Amino acid sequence: MGIADITFYAFAITLLGAGFLVTIARNPVHSVLWLILSFISAAGMFVLLGAEFMAMLLIIVYVGAVAVLFLFVVMMLDVDFAALKGEMARYFPVGAIVGLVLLMQMGLLFGTWQEAEAARDLRQAPTPDLAEAHNTKALGMILYDQYFLAFQVAGLILLVAMVGAIVLTLRHRKDIKRQDVVAQMHRDPAKAMELKDVKPGQGLG
Amino acid sequence: MVGLEHYLTVAAALFVIGIFGIFLNRKNIIIILMSIELMLLAVNINLVAFSSFLGDLVGQVFTMFILTVAAAEAAIGLAILVCFFRNRGTIDVEDVNVMKG
Repeated sequence: MGIADITFYAFAITLLGAGFLVTIARNPVHSVLWLILSFISAAGMFVLLGAEFMAMLLIIVYVGAVAVLFLFVVMMLDVDFAALKGEMARYFPVGAIVGLVLLMQMGLLFGTWQEAEAARDLRQAPTPDLAEAHNTKALGMILYDQYFLAFQVAGLILLVAMVGAIVLTLRHRKDIKRQDVVAQMHRDPAKAMELKDVKPGQGLG
Repeated sequence: MVGLEHYLTVAAALFVIGIFGIFLNRKNIIIILMSIELMLLAVNINLVAFSSFLGDLVGQVFTMFILTVAAAEAAIGLAILVCFFRNRGTIDVEDVNVMKG
């Protein structure tokens, strides 16, 4: 067993262990931290597979954005998580049975699956030789060429998601004082201030 | 020697863990969203493994698109969650019956 195999098994065991702890952790903050660990292990597996760019993207997007978003929401909402955990034991058998059945079905698939003879001739974009182009360059060459439209649509999806998230969470509060810029700019100093000559001992009445 | 089957096994196990998490945390929608992220990660591992072992880069391109959809889904899901918590004061998804669907 070479060093690459040992690394694979270490990452795989960490990934599955952390993934399992995400689902059973008592504290949601711990769940998010286990989620981050599983993302990092998956990134390590991507590096082993020779997909360095996807590995770095996984760390930047999943750990840097999605997991931090989860952490924000978990910490900002004042939720009584203990009350939500109560019936975990009740659902455990059902979940375990469904999981085992699914795993068994996938195992059956693996038993009969084999690569077709013609599969290698059907490749859309064969990976170029490493001396010719490294992973990031090769990916960029086909992403901005063959898949340009899909790339733009992905950007549009992100834009719509961003606008949607802002619209959903923006709250216009009426009970606070705000700056009214137009009213400020149309103020006339001459009208805003009134000078009165107050006689001694009389007041303004 | 670690082959394609090893990666597919890990991805299958991770996918099942995601489904198991949804069953186990029926009430806590934050953990449900995290389980969905785990399932999408399993799909990504499948795509990258096939891409690497078949020598076809398209798998990695589509991994990127799945990543985009996962990020958008997490953002929208958490925004709806914050909205729901503001209105109801709880995130228990079992009493989401406002629309009586």
